[in-house]
Amino acid sequence: MQKVWAFVQGCFLLLRKGSKLYYAWVFSLLVLIAIGVVAYANQLYNGLIVTAMRDQVSWGFYISNFTFTVGVAAAAILLVIPAYVYDWEPIKEIAILGELVAVSAMVVCLLFVTVDIGRPDRFWHLIPKIGILNFPQSLLAWDVVVLNTYLVLNFGIASYMLYSYYYRREPNMKYVFPLLMFSIPAAISIHTVTAFLYNGLAARPFWNASILAPRFLASAFCSGPAGMILMFQVVRKWTNIEIKDKAIFKIAELIAYAMFINLFLLGAEIFKEYYSDTVHLAPVKYLYQGLGGHSDLVSFIWTATIFNLTAFFLFLIPQTRENYVTLNIGCVLMFIGVFIEKGMGLVIPGFVPDVLGDFYEYSPTGTEILVSIGIWATGLLVFTLLLRIAVPIMNGDFHVGEDGVKPHIGDQLFFVRKRVAVEDEDLYSP
Amino acid sequence: MSDREEHDEHVFRLTRRKALKGLALGIGTMVLPAKDASASVWDSFFQKNFRELSRPERQKILARLEKEYSATYKKSVRVKDTPSPEGVLFGYGLDLSRCVGCRRCVYGCVTENNQSRDPQVHWIKVLRLSKERGVDLEHSEQYYNPATVPQEGYFYMPVQCQQCENPPCTKVCPVQATWKETDGIVVVDYNWCIGCRYCMAACPYGARHFNWKAPGLPAGEMNPETHYLGNRPRPVGVVEKCTFCMQRTREPDGKYPACVEVCPVGARKFGNLLDPTSEIRNVIENKRVFILKEDLNTQPKFYYFYSV
Ligand code: SF4
Ligand code: SF4
Repeated sequence: MQKVWAFVQGCFLLLRKGSKLYYAWVFSLLVLIAIGVVAYANQLYNGLIVTAMRDQVSWGFYISNFTFTVGVAAAAILLVIPAYVYDWEPIKEIAILGELVAVSAMVVCLLFVTVDIGRPDRFWHLIPKIGILNFPQSLLAWDVVVLNTYLVLNFGIASYMLYSYYYRREPNMKYVFPLLMFSIPAAISIHTVTAFLYNGLAARPFWNASILAPRFLASAFCSGPAGMILMFQVVRKWTNIEIKDKAIFKIAELIAYAMFINLFLLGAEIFKEYYSDTVHLAPVKYLYQGLGGHSDLVSFIWTATIFNLTAFFLFLIPQTRENYVTLNIGCVLMFIGVFIEKGMGLVIPGFVPDVLGDFYEYSPTGTEILVSIGIWATGLLVFTLLLRIAVPIMNGDFHVGEDGVKPHIGDQLFFVRKRVAVEDEDLYSP
Repeated sequence: MSDREEHDEHVFRLTRRKALKGLALGIGTMVLPAKDASASVWDSFFQKNFRELSRPERQKILARLEKEYSATYKKSVRVKDTPSPEGVLFGYGLDLSRCVGCRRCVYGCVTENNQSRDPQVHWIKVLRLSKERGVDLEHSEQYYNPATVPQEGYFYMPVQCQQCENPPCTKVCPVQATWKETDGIVVVDYNWCIGCRYCMAACPYGARHFNWKAPGLPAGEMNPETHYLGNRPRPVGVVEKCTFCMQRTREPDGKYPACVEVCPVGARKFGNLLDPTSEIRNVIENKRVFILKEDLNTQPKFYYFYSV
């Protein structure tokens, strides 16, 4: 227990150390978070009327973001599987980063749900025993359970591994391996349950298609890893951690397969809707063509479609996949493409036209956007702080000192220009 | 259970309470205003789900609410908790050949059930449909505004909560804040709802409404005869819906819902589906009846019919 405490203390000590750039980055995130908090306070004070949601469209940008980030979190298993099931060394070294992404994404998810509910003061009604969790009837209750399980699981695995490395021990795989294996179905379940949340509603034909959950998973395995590829490059450029090209290219290849499945399933759905041409076509028509003079989403969805298609080809062709310029373009396109498609492109057409045929066109208000920025900034801050601890542990700059009690902090800067840092040994002396 | 276990259990409960109270205090001191109001604020914060309350607990809560509402609206407000009458399953009939689309029911409902005037909340929506297309909701219009009704070539279809026998809205609620009572009325505990709006996504009839803002209910227009699960004033951030005017219909003298009473052409029928002599049974047995979106298996107890 004492050792855990010493480790935690060491971590806090480490968090306070860093280059100017690190401070600047953390500070700017804090500013964004503060803006989000103010916007949220305004929402709490005035009610959800400050959002653009109304009875017809009762979920909007918050739940869109939630849906998207669940996918990002689920994508961690795209690292866990090759690393631990197939024992592929290049990815094994960085799988832990994937888990940290999952943890941060889960935090973002839960925050988005929190800001969406009308009575956050009653959140305790969801806690079993104290309140009433309507499990297993309500899919939202399932979501609460699986999301929290997944968060705890990833946080547990990652911190145990880091803790072991800190004390310069090999983690005991006897404990970790079953947990890692369990995190694979858990990741699939968070996204499946989120899909079922929509899927199970007969009232909304746009969501009531059995293909929804597979499509969710396929697109999650595009957007999450695309974000990770970008993030890995930033991390290896600015910190003293090695990430091999091979690992990055492998992830890119996996994305190509996932995108193929995603596009195929999308095509299957579009075919069914248009060819059968029933009244259920309305939401799809509204989304892709506009309906009855309402066409707010059309430009968005076509942007998303073009982005996804372009990215797909960039990832498919080995030459463009292994060229960092085209690879990065592909990642950005895919991240944005899926963000639109799985966010607004999924949630809003479920509500427009509404169940009685009314058209209410939704687009987020300033409050919704500011609150969302604040939440994303919180996620980035959580991720930065987790990296601040994980990176020096992984490259041996942060471990328990010779006396077995005091921490040894070799990395005082965290953000460094790598070349300079490697050559100039002075930077390492405290 | 040994003494020791019992003791532990007790301690656990106490700490659970305490932890919650501590947390609430923290949040509370930031948001809550007057000191004397705080006692009842705490009581309402810790209130259990209505269905878990004992008789005395209920009485206390009703008394507290009556006091609060009476102070707010400057009149003596009554909050009942009349339970479902036995042997009753409420049903509703709507005569499409009579309805003229005047929307008096909409406003009768607003007055009776203390809906928000600003922003406007309407539990009943009247759809204007063209005779050519029939019941085609995609081509319905809610915002028609002619000088006189009915208009040539159109018919009108009011839609409100259908009090489904198999309600998708209660199934999805993550905290069981909404449920179906034995008389078939689907209710919401406004003090338990967390405002997630999942039920709104699940209802195929657009029958649930959210308080996006604190409801604007002028004191002078407030109806003081209320029911806990029905028309008592609602707080911001929760969902509300039609309850077949349970504050009227559940009483022993059995009044009709306000919308039935106010309809100028007598298009609305109401009664006990279990009573073979009731008007509603007569409608079902003798008229051409249909229910809305029957393919969804929600089994509405709201029957549309044509009398001519
Ligand atoms: S009409 Fe809607 S709100 Fe009413 S019981 Fe059916 S699903 Fe629930
Ligand atoms: S909005 Fe309220 S009643 Fe509706 S599902 Fe959520 S908690 Fe339940």
